[in-house]
Amino acid sequence: MASVRSRVIWLYKNLHYLGKEYPKGQEYFHDRLKAAFLKNKDVKDPEQIEMLLARGEYVMKELEALYKLRKYRAMKQRYYADA
Amino acid sequence: MGVLGPKMAFRVLVGCKRVIDYAVKVRVKPDKTGVVTDGVKHSLNPFDEIAIEEAVRLKEKKIATEIVAVSCGPPKCQEVLRTALAMGADRGIHIEVPDEEYASLQPIHVSKILAKLAAQEEASMIIVGKQAIDDDCNQTAQMTAAFLDWPQATFASKIEKTNGDLLVTREVDGGLETIKVKLPAVLSTDLRLNEPRYATLPNIMKAKKKKIDKKKPADLGVDITQHVEVLKVEEPPVRQAGVIIENAEQLVSKLREAGHIQ
Repeated sequence: MASVRSRVIWLYKNLHYLGKEYPKGQEYFHDRLKAAFLKNKDVKDPEQIEMLLARGEYVMKELEALYKLRKYRAMKQRYYADA
Repeated sequence: MGVLGPKMAFRVLVGCKRVIDYAVKVRVKPDKTGVVTDGVKHSLNPFDEIAIEEAVRLKEKKIATEIVAVSCGPPKCQEVLRTALAMGADRGIHIEVPDEEYASLQPIHVSKILAKLAAQEEASMIIVGKQAIDDDCNQTAQMTAAFLDWPQATFASKIEKTNGDLLVTREVDGGLETIKVKLPAVLSTDLRLNEPRYATLPNIMKAKKKKIDKKKPADLGVDITQHVEVLKVEEPPVRQAGVIIENAEQLVSKLREAGHIQ
């Protein structure tokens, strides 16, 4: 398994990528993303790091779901009269 | 593997158009010749995303053996091919059309290109989005089927494979229609066919290793001479502001003023 450090970096990169599509703008998302990671930079407890990683991955899933739904709704509204 | 047998290739060709992103507010150029595209976010046409997703699901069900994503246009079209490859397409074909010529590229040209490629690649199926969200033409699937003399199943909301045939549920006015088509066939996707997966960053990175072939329309013997001239492009009329009316008398007088009642 990859080191914890590289997993955290992986998570950050993925969230950063997802943030590019954020409805409120990428700056909004990226500022908060950085703040959230910096807030936990001194966390040393492995168990807590795991918990934070899991939370980050959960946020990724939520964002993907949000984007999918947002696009689907926009399409439905534009192209289907019964929307 | 169905009746095609275990060794038969089942290649799916998927059309991928690069369009202005659905979330962007589209602006008309001041000279009314078109819309502003410079510096505007573009992405894969949402209906084509559904087409890619369906092809990927056919591959996951071991029906399809290879998915080829095709995009016609300027070099930036490779971005949408990357998205398609990240979603699960195996390789891409980029039909290079320079910006000047791309402005007048119509579904008829794309259909001819897809038809030629289908023959060259020995495709068993072509899937495209029912329409693109920029020009809303809704013509490519139909014309491609005509050029190939293949059956077509448009506006698909469900696709099932039975012995050698496809059972396709189509969204038609006021309901659903189920048809059986023989393969090879041309399909176009409706919104409710599936929920496309998200092209994640790791998959985008992996997709960079997949191959994208470059071809020109002339290589396929397709002439892309302009057939249609765009006279002007205009914004839809702006909605007039409403007024709040206090009571019924005012309503009647307003309606009379506007000439809606005598």
